[in-house]
Amino acid sequence: MRDLVTIAAFAIAVAVLSSVLRSGVWTTFLMMALYAALLAQAWNLLGGYGGQFSFGHALFFGTGAYVQVLAQTQAGLNAWIALACAVASAAVVGTGVGALSFRYGLRGSYFALVTLAFAEVFRILAVTVGFTGGGVGVMLPLRESAANLQFASRQGAILVVLGFVVAGLLVTAWLRRSRFGAWLQAVRDNEDAARALGVDPLRVKLGAITLSAGFMGAGGAFYVQVFQYLDPNIAFGPATSVESLVAAIVGGIGTLWGPVLGALVLHALAEFTRNLFGDAPGLNMVIYGVVLILIVLFVPRGLSGVGRDVRAAWRLGRAG
Amino acid sequence: MPAEPLLCLEDVAIAFGGLQAVQGVSFDVAEGCLCGLIGPNGAGKTTLFALMSGFLVPDRGRIRFAGHDITGRAPHLNARAGLTRTFQIVQPFAAQTVRENIAVGAHLREPRRAAALAAAEGVAAQVGLAAQLDKPAADLTVAGRKRLELARALATKPRLLLLDEVLAGLNPQEIADMIPVVRAIASGGVTVLMIEHVMQAVMSLAEHVWVLAQGRLIAAGAPVMVQRNDGATPLRRCRNSRPCAIRPVPSRTTRSPISTSIWKPTRPG
Repeated sequence: MRDLVTIAAFAIAVAVLSSVLRSGVWTTFLMMALYAALLAQAWNLLGGYGGQFSFGHALFFGTGAYVQVLAQTQAGLNAWIALACAVASAAVVGTGVGALSFRYGLRGSYFALVTLAFAEVFRILAVTVGFTGGGVGVMLPLRESAANLQFASRQGAILVVLGFVVAGLLVTAWLRRSRFGAWLQAVRDNEDAARALGVDPLRVKLGAITLSAGFMGAGGAFYVQVFQYLDPNIAFGPATSVESLVAAIVGGIGTLWGPVLGALVLHALAEFTRNLFGDAPGLNMVIYGVVLILIVLFVPRGLSGVGRDVRAAWRLGRAG
Repeated sequence: MPAEPLLCLEDVAIAFGGLQAVQGVSFDVAEGCLCGLIGPNGAGKTTLFALMSGFLVPDRGRIRFAGHDITGRAPHLNARAGLTRTFQIVQPFAAQTVRENIAVGAHLREPRRAAALAAAEGVAAQVGLAAQLDKPAADLTVAGRKRLELARALATKPRLLLLDEVLAGLNPQEIADMIPVVRAIASGGVTVLMIEHVMQAVMSLAEHVWVLAQGRLIAAGAPVMVQRNDGATPLRRCRNSRPCAIRPVPSRTTRSPISTSIWKPTRPG
């Protein structure tokens, strides 16, 4: 219940903020931070709650993105229907990859490598086959209207991505208070013990990867609607995979607000360093990397863990 | 003619490479009994538990539970059917609280979260963990973790509970505290098969024991009988390759009066 209240407060605050902000820089910042939060949330569903660390979440992102654009350009579908198709096909690809890897008990680094390999296979396929436009990429024609899921102002796009983020928060909150979530976390913490208690690890992990892939697909679809261009590297390249997992890990995996917090902080950091060192290209990435190392080194449980630790220390201090 | 035993093992065997861990073990566990499986380290007791619960698939032999052949059936399906094991090396979900740990087991019969958490409280009270419900499992003492292991398994509402050394690593006081807990579980109608090294506990709890050494069943009977047959020789001697002094297990067709007497679920006072 408390989660639902905070989620509602967050949604209202962001929605109000989106209508108040006038500067293009800030609206773009807000949109991109929410978009990064969506990817991190998607990764967190499988990596944080299921303990299955994927290194190839771009696979689901790219699937969603390509279905979104091709359903409109090739099949002539409406953008909203294309969105449903994009989420569904990403989820199906997730189930397929999950069935292949979990069935054979792949865990840890092996699972990470297999997901990376699948993403690469899809990237190469997207370059070779004809209907994706190959390496040249595909354009989504500009037709700005809400019916086409394209918005003249940033505010529309922000509200759409906010909708996805809130959906992600609600699903995560549900995981924390449902049988499926309890089983998923049990499998994450100790698969054998979970099996002894009647949990089917395969079914639970498949459920998690399907959910996770679906949200990632929504992220891909959103990307295409905003940037209107897609090529195999953007869709299936490792950059998106890394972006999704770094934000989740920095924010705190297996937490409700960690991915959102991580995405916000990393995005702010990236923007700040870019502005600060704009005249020395590349230096911003160095600073970004250093801060990332510091976070991993000193806050291994993620930024949302800091808040928890501080609160615990405060309570302990008052009690003592 | 007694009803079919709850659990039947017929000539079960498994080898790991050249090591014959369990070799042709057969025995029946009657519904409602509180029995023990004893033997020296490395005798194959835990392996036998893994075979019964489905974590390992036997090379040979059959296992029947409640009238169904469960040889090689997945552990989660066995748990669903009412056969739950605990682990000798405790396996808590360390990041979760005691309540959440037990609720994972309770969810097997209870889909709703609130009901599972409530059931967890009841089970915790049963095993003496009520005061520690909100502690992270990682913060429990060894004795607490053993209780948690027991509680989680109990929360699945099993018909047959396989307890793998729930008393190991506990001090005498903690053992004395735990014995009534196990006895109460059995009195509650759960059939219990326990692996135990603490002989004093086996003697006071079990109404029947099987003795396993080097993967073979070498004796069976009421604890007192097994001990008496052995004379003054402690069971530890079974580690020698020489056959033990204990009376050998009768074959399944010619069951001796001692081993048939166990089908009556009588409990020692």
